[in-house]
Amino acid sequence: MTLTLFPPQTTTPLQPRGWLRYLSFSTDHKVIGLQYLVCGFLFYLVGGALAGAIRTELLTPISDFLPRDTYNEVLTLHGTVMIFLWIVPVVNGGFGNYLIPFYVGARDMAFPRLNAVAFWLIPPAGLLLISSYFIGSAPQSGWTAYPPLSLTTPAIGQVLWILSVLLLGGSSIFGGINFIATILKLRRPGLKLMQLPMYCWAMLGTSILVVLSTPVLAGTLVLLSFDIIAHTGFFNPALGGNAVVYQHLFWFYSHPAVYIMVLPAFGLVSEILPIHARKPLFGYTTMVYSIMGIVVLGLIVWAHHMFTSGTPPWMRLFFTIATSFIAVPTGIKFFNWIATLWGGKIALNTAMLFCCGFIVNFVFGGITGVALAQVPFDIHVHDTYFVVGHFHYIVYGGTVFVIFASIYHWYPKFTGRLLNEPLGQLHFWLTFVGFNLCFAPQHWLGLNGMPRRVAEYDPQFQLINQISSAGALLMAISTLPFLINVLISAFCGQQAGDNPWNGLTPEWLTSSPPPVENWKGEAPLVTEPYGYGVHPHPSTP
Amino acid sequence: MSSTIPASQQHADLQHAGQYHADHRLFGLATFLVADGMTFAGFFAAYLTFRAVNPLPAGAVYELELLLPTVNTVLLLLSSLTFHRAGTALKQGDNARCRRWLLLTAALGFTFLAGQMKEYFSLPFGLTDNLFASTFYAITGFHGLHVTLGGLMILIVWWQSRPGGRVSASNLFPLEATELYWHFVDGIWVVLYGILYLL
Repeated sequence: MTLTLFPPQTTTPLQPRGWLRYLSFSTDHKVIGLQYLVCGFLFYLVGGALAGAIRTELLTPISDFLPRDTYNEVLTLHGTVMIFLWIVPVVNGGFGNYLIPFYVGARDMAFPRLNAVAFWLIPPAGLLLISSYFIGSAPQSGWTAYPPLSLTTPAIGQVLWILSVLLLGGSSIFGGINFIATILKLRRPGLKLMQLPMYCWAMLGTSILVVLSTPVLAGTLVLLSFDIIAHTGFFNPALGGNAVVYQHLFWFYSHPAVYIMVLPAFGLVSEILPIHARKPLFGYTTMVYSIMGIVVLGLIVWAHHMFTSGTPPWMRLFFTIATSFIAVPTGIKFFNWIATLWGGKIALNTAMLFCCGFIVNFVFGGITGVALAQVPFDIHVHDTYFVVGHFHYIVYGGTVFVIFASIYHWYPKFTGRLLNEPLGQLHFWLTFVGFNLCFAPQHWLGLNGMPRRVAEYDPQFQLINQISSAGALLMAISTLPFLINVLISAFCGQQAGDNPWNGLTPEWLTSSPPPVENWKGEAPLVTEPYGYGVHPHPSTP
Repeated sequence: MSSTIPASQQHADLQHAGQYHADHRLFGLATFLVADGMTFAGFFAAYLTFRAVNPLPAGAVYELELLLPTVNTVLLLLSSLTFHRAGTALKQGDNARCRRWLLLTAALGFTFLAGQMKEYFSLPFGLTDNLFASTFYAITGFHGLHVTLGGLMILIVWWQSRPGGRVSASNLFPLEATELYWHFVDGIWVVLYGILYLL
């Protein structure tokens, strides 16, 4: 290791000022974080519109609103957009870039230019993916792209899908490298690992998963593209290949991807709850070990997605046990959050409401997850709406709720203004009711045998599907108060001051919005980020 | 935050608060190589599974010649050694000697690639013949891409370490990064050789 000292790269004189920064190749971690957030939210609207199309089609048992092929395209784009262009970039790249340098007491990420490259891979990847719909055919094989299905559907859409996911995977890996280096190497002198805010640990664990598992997906998709373009037979049984190997390699990434989506959310909740409950985060050390436990276990549970793929009995046994074990560290975290709230001076604002909604939804999704880990049950409901309900409780009820909580919590830091509270509460209740109305009934549909990913279904399921679609409509409506709130509050919102929540974590100890290199003076040394109500603090009531 | 900061604190700021920090690029590269290694790990896992559960069609040839790949392995291992010598020379400030070792390393790398080409053209199967053939070409080809990239990087460092170039005893990073990458590519080949040729 050389000892070259690096000057900061954030203040290149050529970079534009004002709002144009957000359209530039800026290397400021805060600009990049907001670029991720806004870009991700635009894709969320696209993915939401696609979900609206799905739920509209499912109002009736026959395929009338969308042709069957279009329905397949829509569900494939919906899954891919929501996972790869909304949740993963926003909850990692968005909040991670904005907060992690503050939390470690640095002026920027370890590799600011690489950081900007990682972000700017995303818009072209997204446009590439969506463009496939207009230049022939969008991919039709679901976000899993299982062969042989992905080999028999139109090639152009599938190849563009692969290119897009490769770009997004590259972006994710670059981001992961940056987070690992920033958290491990860029900590302010005097700041110990076990004093870091929990989101740092969550991002460290997430980034380890990204670095270890994303390349496997990338390699697999390259082989899949050979199968499509060069007619090799890696995964094509008709040519002597093995489609199940694709499933193994795909899920070696895509199960950890679930943790890549929820571990950062766990970290964000751990930042928001203590501030609004005015209590220290309960069980810091067990939280850290739980995150690392989830990282290790998360890498050895992938085949629970494949219990109906001819998996041998020993494998079923192993993956059932390993998956059930994940409930332990996850459960520890939930008890810790409840204990954090217990006896606290809870401010039931929008951020807190979304966090509470997250806890309720995720516990439900976690319970159905443990149920799905059991082979006898999984074989019954595999590829039914039960699974659809389950994973939406994890990724929407879990992560997206936390994304909204985080936006309400950190918006004052981003802009210097508060979001409107009554509009926020309206947003929460519409989302919470709409979400549960949409996805809770799907468990019933799945238990009764309605398969996922089809445009047509048995007429006996129509009423429940209509209830689910009504919930989806509420969710769509809920976006309106949020959009209005975010746009208007940026200009007319109540002035927030630097620290509206009386927070102790380092991002609150600078101005709002923060200056280019985060602090005008020395970075504060925060060794007790959760010292609420423990030690007298000048700004803590 | 107060906007008036005592001069002593501003000094401390420059020294300690992350305004300047040590060079972590090698650490970043090492993390990237872990990721790159996982790509190979995925390919190896796929190959081993294919071998274990997918019988080849009758009459398929999958016997590989051993002599050429073994010579190639020795060449690559030697090139790691020569690269190490180049690094040692640069640290001692002897750019001329460093550049000779770098050229030798690049030559060994490109000889390896030539050998690989020769093997490709003499093999009795093509990319799409059967599962073994496809996997063989995909894995060795992916590794060959790495060697090509590494060889080009060595030539770039060779050019940069000319008298007056940016690489010298006071700026080791380009050479160290290339060296780390080259050792990684060699290490992957050893595993690949064991799995594809010997097993």
